[in-house]
Amino acid sequence: MSNDAVDPARRRLLAGTAGAVGGVGLATMAVPFISSMQPSARTQAAGGPVEVDISKLAPGELMVIEWRRRPVWVLRRTQEELDNLAKVSTDALRDPESHESEQPAYARNADRSIKPEYLVLIGVCTHLGCSPKYRPDVAPADLGADWKGGFLCPCHGGRYDLAGRVFKGVPPPLNLAVPPHKYLSDTRLVIGEDQETA
Amino acid sequence: MANRSSGLARWIDDRFPIFDWWDDHVGQYYAPKNFNFWYFFGSLALAVLVLQIVTGIFLTMHYKPSEDQAFASIEYIMRDVNWGWLIRYLHSTGASMFFVVVYLHMFRGIIYGSGKGPRELVWLFGMVIYVLLMAEAFMGYLLPWGQMSYWGAQVIISLFGAIPIIGDGLSLWIRGDFAVGDPTLNRFFALHVAAVPLLIVALVFFHIIALHETGSNNPDGVEIKKKKGADGKPLDGIPFHPYYTVKDIWGLSVFALIFAAIVFFVPEMWGKFLEPDNFKPADAMVTPPHIAPLWYFAPFYSILRAVPDKFLGVVAMGGAIFMLFLVPWLDRSPVKSIRYRGPLNRIALAIFVVSFIGLGYLGTQPPSDLYTLLARVFAVLYFLFFLSMPIYTRIDRTRPVPERVTTK
Repeated sequence: MSNDAVDPARRRLLAGTAGAVGGVGLATMAVPFISSMQPSARTQAAGGPVEVDISKLAPGELMVIEWRRRPVWVLRRTQEELDNLAKVSTDALRDPESHESEQPAYARNADRSIKPEYLVLIGVCTHLGCSPKYRPDVAPADLGADWKGGFLCPCHGGRYDLAGRVFKGVPPPLNLAVPPHKYLSDTRLVIGEDQETA
Repeated sequence: MANRSSGLARWIDDRFPIFDWWDDHVGQYYAPKNFNFWYFFGSLALAVLVLQIVTGIFLTMHYKPSEDQAFASIEYIMRDVNWGWLIRYLHSTGASMFFVVVYLHMFRGIIYGSGKGPRELVWLFGMVIYVLLMAEAFMGYLLPWGQMSYWGAQVIISLFGAIPIIGDGLSLWIRGDFAVGDPTLNRFFALHVAAVPLLIVALVFFHIIALHETGSNNPDGVEIKKKKGADGKPLDGIPFHPYYTVKDIWGLSVFALIFAAIVFFVPEMWGKFLEPDNFKPADAMVTPPHIAPLWYFAPFYSILRAVPDKFLGVVAMGGAIFMLFLVPWLDRSPVKSIRYRGPLNRIALAIFVVSFIGLGYLGTQPPSDLYTLLARVFAVLYFLFFLSMPIYTRIDRTRPVPERVTTK
């Protein structure tokens, strides 16, 4: 074996191989670090289901429950509100049938609920994560004569109807999300767990 | 160059070239002799960086990065820590003043064509510093854990959620929780006090090394290295030290005077440097009625809001920042400095300044129909300034650039 002859092709191969193997090693080492930034076991456990007593909720009243650090609303809709909801023109809505939006299959209906009386929503605007305000007043001065009650996001003016369906012409792309939920009884609700498909 | 052929300085330089380094970058670094007012802001930015690092280190001695204690620990710093209020106000005022000097520094680069060849990398390193600075400011703003901290972070992180397919997973990974929470605060603290400052310092180093390789531009846009004297030094250059060290120290004194006036008399700047809503502890259940970013993000936030589609809004906002990266290549003018450019360049620049300030104002205001319309107009003008730059810079009249720099 000659000591002074340099074979450049051999060097390139060795350098390339060393680089590739080293690169794979580095990429592998990155996995634990990147993964460490995912929600931890404790965070995930804290995001478990929560039970809610809705017996004291009056018609037209909205209660806020914290689930996974986000506000979850339970709105007891009045008959008038449900009637008004039916009057909302589907042409004015971006996703009236909730095709694109996030909800369990059992809440993908006209009023987006298991029981029409109770609307359960994640109170986080699908635009940029602000929490919209409940605006049940019909035709207020600031929202115009067509307003039949709904939710208004203060950050960028997102508007939703009383089923959390987003209107056209405002920034949010999707309807407000419906979290997984189920009824334990008429007055006890669990947020974060799906109801068994009947 | 001091006589260092022998002696202690020589002994040290042979082992660690600190004196050579001083000569290369300060004592014998020849800068154009016609620097004007606009050339204060680079050194001022460096001074504010040092201030932020020093005050930041002392704040970390008392601050607690946890959701239960963060807000209270800021109050503790303000009330109970000796001089804590001063250190904290220096840091919070420093954040805003950093952007003041950086924006003026960038504007200088635009009017005098400082990023044009051969200084493209100086410009690019500078732009990376600017983006890192925005990340640094954004993460730092979460730490007081007030309402505006919390909801500002919530809004900005959810921007990543607009990216198709990976968006939701990405924003969950950034937060480390289902919404902004303790894990988010803790990691933002780590990034704010360690990772990003290290990167900024490294990039500032690259920025200056790249600048000293090509030599500084100047208000005339004349390359001083083209005309050298018998000693090989540029005829229009003067050593950075003592000429510009003295000038910059004078500028720093004036700046420090203004800075101190803010710290002692209006540290909140009527809600512009410290927002009123941030004096309420973070509440994940209640969004403040009006979320406004701090003034230095407001122009880009305005552009985000002006677009009626979430994903396209994010793209427009990112694009608005990206445009700045491209300036050295968009600018096709044969001359560097605005002094020798024609009316089209000046009009375009004026429109840009008006739209940038207009967007900045609108970004801090609650949305209304008129304001949204105005924001759209300004956003279009902002983009037109950059996108039509290759055209108007090329067809515009220019005046002949002198051989040597001019002084009044």
